[in-house]
Amino acid sequence: MRIGVPRETKPRETRVAATPATVIKLVALGYEVVVESGAGEASSFPDEAYAEAGATVTGPADEAWQADVVLRVNAPSDQELARLRDGATLIGLLSPALNPDLVDKLAARPITALAMDAVPRISRAQSMDVLSSMANIAGYRAVIEAAHTFGRFFTGQVTAAGKVPPAKVLVVGAGVAGLAAIGAASSLGAIVRATDVRPEVAEQVRSLGGEYVAVPAGEQEVSSDGYAREMGEDFNRRAAIMYAEQVPDADIVVTTALIPGRPAPRLITEEMVAAMKPGSVIVDMAAGMGGNVAGSVADELVVTPGGVSIIGYTDLAGRLPAQASQLYGQNLVSLLTLLTPEKDGRLVLDLEDVVQRGITVVRDGEKTWPPPPVQVSAAPAPAAAAKVEPPAKKAPPPPSRRFALVGVGAALLFLLAAFSPNALIGHFTVFALAVVVGFYVIGHVHHALHTPLMSVTNAISGIIVVGALVQTGHHEAVVTVLATVAILLASINVFGGFAVTRRMLGMFTR
Amino acid sequence: MTATTAASAAYIVAGLLFVLALAGLSKHETAKAGNGFGIAGMAIALAATIGLATRSISALGITLLVAAMVVGAAIGLWRARRVEMTGMPELIAVLHSFVGLAAVLVGWNGYLSVEAQADQAEVPGNLLGIHSGEVVIGVFIGAVTFTGSIVAFLKLSGRIKSNPLMLPAHNALNLGALVAFAVLTVFFVIDPNLGLLIAVTALALALGWHLVASIGGGDMPVVVSMLNSYSGWAAAASGFLLGNDLLIITGALVGSSGAYLSYIMCTAMNRSFISVIAGGFGNEGSAGGDDRDYGEHTEISAADTAELLRDASSVIITPGYGMAVAQAQGAVAELTRKLREKDVDVRFGIHPVAGRLPGHMNVLLAEAKVPYDIVLEMDEINDDFAETDVVLVIGANDTVNPAATEDPSSPIAGMPVLKVWEAERVVVFKRSMNTGYAGVQNPLFFRDNSRMLFGDARERVEDILREL
Repeated sequence: MRIGVPRETKPRETRVAATPATVIKLVALGYEVVVESGAGEASSFPDEAYAEAGATVTGPADEAWQADVVLRVNAPSDQELARLRDGATLIGLLSPALNPDLVDKLAARPITALAMDAVPRISRAQSMDVLSSMANIAGYRAVIEAAHTFGRFFTGQVTAAGKVPPAKVLVVGAGVAGLAAIGAASSLGAIVRATDVRPEVAEQVRSLGGEYVAVPAGEQEVSSDGYAREMGEDFNRRAAIMYAEQVPDADIVVTTALIPGRPAPRLITEEMVAAMKPGSVIVDMAAGMGGNVAGSVADELVVTPGGVSIIGYTDLAGRLPAQASQLYGQNLVSLLTLLTPEKDGRLVLDLEDVVQRGITVVRDGEKTWPPPPVQVSAAPAPAAAAKVEPPAKKAPPPPSRRFALVGVGAALLFLLAAFSPNALIGHFTVFALAVVVGFYVIGHVHHALHTPLMSVTNAISGIIVVGALVQTGHHEAVVTVLATVAILLASINVFGGFAVTRRMLGMFTR
Repeated sequence: MTATTAASAAYIVAGLLFVLALAGLSKHETAKAGNGFGIAGMAIALAATIGLATRSISALGITLLVAAMVVGAAIGLWRARRVEMTGMPELIAVLHSFVGLAAVLVGWNGYLSVEAQADQAEVPGNLLGIHSGEVVIGVFIGAVTFTGSIVAFLKLSGRIKSNPLMLPAHNALNLGALVAFAVLTVFFVIDPNLGLLIAVTALALALGWHLVASIGGGDMPVVVSMLNSYSGWAAAASGFLLGNDLLIITGALVGSSGAYLSYIMCTAMNRSFISVIAGGFGNEGSAGGDDRDYGEHTEISAADTAELLRDASSVIITPGYGMAVAQAQGAVAELTRKLREKDVDVRFGIHPVAGRLPGHMNVLLAEAKVPYDIVLEMDEINDDFAETDVVLVIGANDTVNPAATEDPSSPIAGMPVLKVWEAERVVVFKRSMNTGYAGVQNPLFFRDNSRMLFGDARERVEDILREL
């Protein structure tokens, strides 16, 4: 089948759905790739590089749009939609949850449409999770944008010209973007604090060099689909108090709080912004969804009367076009690998698979959105609770049963001993006690010594040589011969066992 | 004091020394002393027995006896000196088979010197039945140990396939063998004759072979430890036969400690003890290829791994059987030394059933002179993975499989595993994408923080060393 990669037409879009590196992989999957001339220009991928990677570069004609599979970054315009041929498959960031109109328009055509931004957040699908890969870039870029606007160093320094205090960065929302921002800011040397409604991210924040600031205790929120949810009234009040304390103290605030399919929560109020020092910078990564910050404007840098810059760029990921294109392209390759099980260049859509079902918005002109919800394992707590009763741990038997077992065992032993002749009783006593001693004596054996322990017990079990020794010298020749063989075998054990144990123990050094 | 009481006294002393030996072996500090106690106990027991025997047997008998011991000792010491630490499991398995065979021979001798003699006077008539019973039991346990150990040896040394043999109704076969054994024992006690003894021996040999043949390679640590236990019971049975308390004490010690050790291993694998010793576990896993799509794995080069390690501040290495196969322990130890010189915190996480023998990995690392205080067991280290920068998984598979904790339908579900995937980065050294012994696909390889480093573990570690 043929894959088409047309130019992106949305204003300010710099990304492209395939890079020369991903084209090679698409070709390896058996596809023929057609790239519209200039598609990679904004991402610094010239046409020649595509051609070298094995793609056919075409003029601005319809060829890329006429392919069997069209890879896109953004949703198509109406005209572009019309250029798709019947039966084609369109893959891109379609945001079906936010654009019901678009979904209807797509469904009006006999095509299949897959939304990359609808990949369910399950481990298996991580390699296709565009939201994660883009958020990662955006988080990094948010800090870089802030650094660009911020009039001071991030890192504290003691210079001949005086001491420079480190910048204080507050990251709101420790999702993928937030974590990327934390990592970028702390590697620039800033003091980073981060907050999130999900207490379980505290560890991740710390792992990137940030300090986790919790919302003062209350009900704990754990989401079952891996994304944050809208919070209760009481929680919001307590969070607001926390923000009111933290925000004025920070030099840079990066907000990343998004709730899928809802307007972004307003977290930072005008008063908080006003309380910030002049020269402070706020990056509102949710500006495109209404903004977390009062006064932020999508795609603009606003400077408040108090001298605080509020950055509302929505194309943060696109500001690293080569990187964003590469990661997005790789996400697409991962998806196409899933969709091309035979690696023969034939796209097969299996709606039984939760990942494929989740992203399918329209199938052959039939609307399949929204998909049934997928429960993912991103949240540890409920997942653990919902786990199938672990086959792992058997409850210890109730004491009554134990007593019964011990009782039965004791009775059997009693009967056995009571009916055996005297000569045997003595041996039985010795036997029973030795069994118990053997059990307890190795009860606390160090795990590293299991092998030496086994080789020493093996040597000791060579004691059977004693039995054979006793039997030699019997007047029956056969008996003596067999006993001699037994002595030989058991001696190998005795000497070999002890020697090898010695050798092993000699190796253990502190 | 007569010679007989002196011998009995020596037996008691020897028995106690064996207890001390086992107790000593449970800690590093006392392990060497423990081995010393064992040797002393054995020396005393042998001296006493030989001293006693010299009074009643001919010069020829003594010569034979001494010759057999000298030859046995020479073979034993030679094998002990020559064995590679990676070959330890095979050696121990084959040594078990010797005990088993010796027990069979002792049992046969018991029959030949008592029941087979029409005019025997060693055992009073009223105890003859018991004696016969002891013969059969001793021979039975010995023979099971013998063939079981042989099969284990062949599997461990790769001479036969380690896949479990799946005869239809193998449990019924095992049970049937036990029932047949009970019936034969009764007949033999009533009327001891050679034919029955041969039948019991053959039955036990077959049972031993089948028991171990139907256990898969992954369960070998438990099997070896179980055989160790069997060899103890075989010695104890011989002790009953000969009325020798030393044999009983020692056999029971080894038998129960071996059984307990096997039980510990089974708990570590979350397996039922019974199902492992009855054989045939884990076959669900190999049934039917797993056609689930796990996504894509990502490869990494040795140079990039070296880069990762250089930047890491904490590293945990989790070795598995693959490290033993590739003989990579020396290179791994060298890597550990280098990283420690750079102030990287390097530790080892050992799964209780890593390798083919309990404690196998520890012995290999000890051989390579890795300090043992940085070699930790699963429970000690499992909570630390989350704070670890890089985990190197060297030749381990099932013991680091997240499916065990996350996928209730997995054949290894519930088995405690090393939670390597919680670390920042995991580098998996592997020869190919094949599954491990349990035949279960490992989702770890497809995780975002996992990188695959393909090739021979030793060569790859050496490559990394060069880069460092």
